Amino acid sequence: MRRSPKDTLESARRISRRTLVIGGLQAATIATLALRMRFMQVEQADEFRLLAEENSIKIRLLPPARGLILDRNGGVLAGNGQNYRVVVTREDAGDVEDILRRLARLIPMTEDDISRTLKEVMRRSPTLPITVADQLRWEDISRVAVNAPALPGITTEVGLSRLYPQGGDFAHVLGYVGPVSDYDLSKIENPDPLLQIPKFQIGKVGVEGRLEEDLRGKAGTRRIEVTSTGRVMRELDRKEGTPGTTLQLTLDRYLQNYVQARLGDESAAAVVMDVRNGDILSIVSAPTFDPNLFVRGISSADYKALTENDHRPLADKTVQGAYPPGSTFKIVTALAAMEAGVIDAGETVYCPGYTELGNRRFHCWKRGGHGHVALAQSLEQSCDVYYYEVAQRVGIDRIAAMARRLGIGVRHDLPMSAISEGIAPDRAWKLGKYGKEWLIGDTLNAGIGQGYVLASPLQLAVMTARVASGTDVRPRLVRAEDGKPQAAPAPGPLGLSEAALRSVRKGMFDVMNSQRGTAYGSRIVEDSLRMAGKTGTSQVRNITKAERDRGVISNDDLPWERRDHALFVCFAPYDAPEIAVSVVVEHGGGGSAAAAPIARDILLQALYKDLPPLSAYPANQRDRIEAQQKELNLLEREGSQGARSRA
Amino acid sequence: MSYLEYNVKTVPTGIRKVLYVNWPIVLLLTAIASIGFLMLYSVAGGRMETWSEPQMKRFAVGMAGMFAVAFVPIWVWRNLSALAYLVSLLLLVAVELFGAIGMGAQRWIELGPLRLQPSELMKIALVMLLAAYYDWLDVKKVSRPVWVAIPVALILLPTVLVLKQPDLGTAILLLAGGGIVMFAAGVSLWYFGTVIALVIALVFAVFESRGTEWQLIKDYQFKRIDTFLDPGSDPLNAGYNIMQAQIALGSGGWAGKGYMQGTQSRLNFLPEKHTDFIFTTLAEEFGFVGAFSLLMLYALVVIFALVSGLSNKDRFAALLTIGIGSTFFLFFAVNMSMVMGLIPVVGVPLPLVSYGGTAMMILLLAFGLVQSAHIHRPR
Repeated sequence: MRRSPKDTLESARRISRRTLVIGGLQAATIATLALRMRFMQVEQADEFRLLAEENSIKIRLLPPARGLILDRNGGVLAGNGQNYRVVVTREDAGDVEDILRRLARLIPMTEDDISRTLKEVMRRSPTLPITVADQLRWEDISRVAVNAPALPGITTEVGLSRLYPQGGDFAHVLGYVGPVSDYDLSKIENPDPLLQIPKFQIGKVGVEGRLEEDLRGKAGTRRIEVTSTGRVMRELDRKEGTPGTTLQLTLDRYLQNYVQARLGDESAAAVVMDVRNGDILSIVSAPTFDPNLFVRGISSADYKALTENDHRPLADKTVQGAYPPGSTFKIVTALAAMEAGVIDAGETVYCPGYTELGNRRFHCWKRGGHGHVALAQSLEQSCDVYYYEVAQRVGIDRIAAMARRLGIGVRHDLPMSAISEGIAPDRAWKLGKYGKEWLIGDTLNAGIGQGYVLASPLQLAVMTARVASGTDVRPRLVRAEDGKPQAAPAPGPLGLSEAALRSVRKGMFDVMNSQRGTAYGSRIVEDSLRMAGKTGTSQVRNITKAERDRGVISNDDLPWERRDHALFVCFAPYDAPEIAVSVVVEHGGGGSAAAAPIARDILLQALYKDLPPLSAYPANQRDRIEAQQKELNLLEREGSQGARSRA
Repeated sequence: MSYLEYNVKTVPTGIRKVLYVNWPIVLLLTAIASIGFLMLYSVAGGRMETWSEPQMKRFAVGMAGMFAVAFVPIWVWRNLSALAYLVSLLLLVAVELFGAIGMGAQRWIELGPLRLQPSELMKIALVMLLAAYYDWLDVKKVSRPVWVAIPVALILLPTVLVLKQPDLGTAILLLAGGGIVMFAAGVSLWYFGTVIALVIALVFAVFESRGTEWQLIKDYQFKRIDTFLDPGSDPLNAGYNIMQAQIALGSGGWAGKGYMQGTQSRLNFLPEKHTDFIFTTLAEEFGFVGAFSLLMLYALVVIFALVSGLSNKDRFAALLTIGIGSTFFLFFAVNMSMVMGLIPVVGVPLPLVSYGGTAMMILLLAFGLVQSAHIHRPR
């Protein structure tokens, strides 16, 4: 078909025109693209670069090593042990369930563990390692390592975990660590990001709990490049964290071992304090438990055994326990009376075996009475009637004030958990608490440390140390942080008259060293180390009139939980006091029989800083003591895995 | 002018044809493809055999094919236009049928070792047929409704088939490619004006219909539109790809992070990093300098194609060259706009750079047609 040249020309022109339009539009589009490119890559580049970094670079925390806790001589009380873990990565494992079942034949794992892990693995990214089991023994880990070819996706890891090499001996004072819980997190306002690490260990109670922030340290960081699925490609840099503070406590490891062994399975507490500077040398609650169980996550059976034990091993009786101090409180009453000037050391009170108040009789523990007693004898023989009289004269408010001055009814802020304030009752206190007027009978009871008065073994030790030293010495537990000694202000004078203190100390000396003293049987015969003490027996029930008429039933015939608490406080050497000890044996019976011998053994151990020579004991007791020492040594070896390797 | 009207004897013959090849276009295409090899090597994490090597082999085959097509006189191709269109259409229908019987949305059919996407073939065949149609059609009749309706039907037929696959990207390319040929052929502007007005009205209606009883598109489709308008609204799901792509692109900065140093693609944050989104890796690793250079290479190809078309006195050859050049333009413009967040994500690869065998080979064969038109142009 032929076309006219005119048409052809016109057509060609039109194509050219239209093509130019097309070209123009395309040029405009290309210009737009170029501008967009410039806008994104030049003007907004920084913004996008930031986004890209956030995308690919993740910051992972490196948990710092937890601060060590040492005894006063540098022995490790709480350290960090290797924690062997097994982790699984789904991406490499293939059939995770099959792998886990194979793994269960090598390491202790329950069906529960498998299903829990399986759920976790499926929920998380396939590249993220999930912990299958931790706190494994070296043998388990080696078995896994040897069988690695048959366990794709399974790897072993090692981290740090808290370890208490002394076992139960420091369980109450140190407390323990455990994995951080939602409850822990809810209590903290601005939680350290470290706490978000799964299974991160924090101190729960005791020193571990109270000084958590010092011990925890600062997290290090690791910048890593990750893929969109979270797989770690490489580490960009690493900044190690700061380990937690190393705490040196005032405790003496060997003394603590000894005290724990000496208390044995009794439900008891003992506090040993240096009267010169307040250092707590030993603070023991018995029976104890193994804190390492809590680090691993305690089994419910073990936990149940601990909570159902009627000796309450989990309670820290040294600071949480508040007991009626019984006759040990007579020290307070005596000092209050003498300071008030209502009695002097030489004045006697007649004890017929009871005091009548209105139509009520307040009995002395000695039914026949002590006859005429002055201050020294009142302490020596623990005459109740003397203190009924003296307490009435001085009045409850001054007794309470003296108690607080000596450390009872005030909170001693040691880094331990649930520290009891005790009770130094007075009129205002009773009115506030019960809305009732103070009765004179209350004063009588308080005067002999019964009734409303409550004191913890720590407070009794502080009281004894203050009486012994005449200073307002305060207990302390932390000796140094990271090697820097903690400032300990020298204790100031207590502000009591030296004569009054001397009289009380003399009475306490007679308790031990006079034939008629209530703790004569627990004396020290080594002249340079003579001790002074005070027994206490606190009733956990009221003795009815009928019972008293029948004759008070001996403690031995009562069921354990109804027996009296046995208490004893003492210090030595008498001439230049160094050590104060308080011992409480729950339901132990009488203070002289149950608590005093323990206190003396502890005191001697603390003074000699080793097993004391038999020559310090009265001659007729040496055979028995020797046998007891042998037995204790044996017990200790079993208890603390030969930790006692003294040269 | 049509080939019947000029002296065939002036056309080069035999080996002399080599001299008349549009060499700048050959060089530009090779350069662009080489950038592709480089990027595919990079996104494969430094491995040739994953994507780069197969891509090179296909490029070699494609180049051979281009020269083969180029040396065949352009009028032979004109006579084959209708056949090419018909074959493509049949293949599209075949895919539609096999896809329905077989496994869901299937876009390709196996031809021995080759996977052929009929929709790719159709992009070129449509341009060929339209060019031939307007070469044949009396110039005076171009804007008459009947003669406009025929090419519109020719365009819409494959478009609908492709849309059913569904392949929105290719459908848009077919519409736009066909439209450009009609526009270049001189169809009255009124038609185009009317179509544009209708499209605007339709878009408006779609948005207005949202939430009403007569809602025109599905909810999930609205969601996609939302995602396009604000990718940050859903950064972890639908908006993820586009967000990550833009982060990669933007973070490249002026000079880029360096070859093989792109963190976004290296660390798998990029979706489809070897196909539709390969441009983002280039932009990330070579920055604005690299991305702009590639854009300029593409622009040069289009310029050379348009110039060749404009200087060709043969109507079929001119329309074909302009049509193919514009299709090529549409490819990269749509792809780049998409990854830069200027238009919603539709599956269009970056020509010659994205991994994908048939797309590249067919594109090279199309440039074979451009070369044939160039070599055999009336002098």
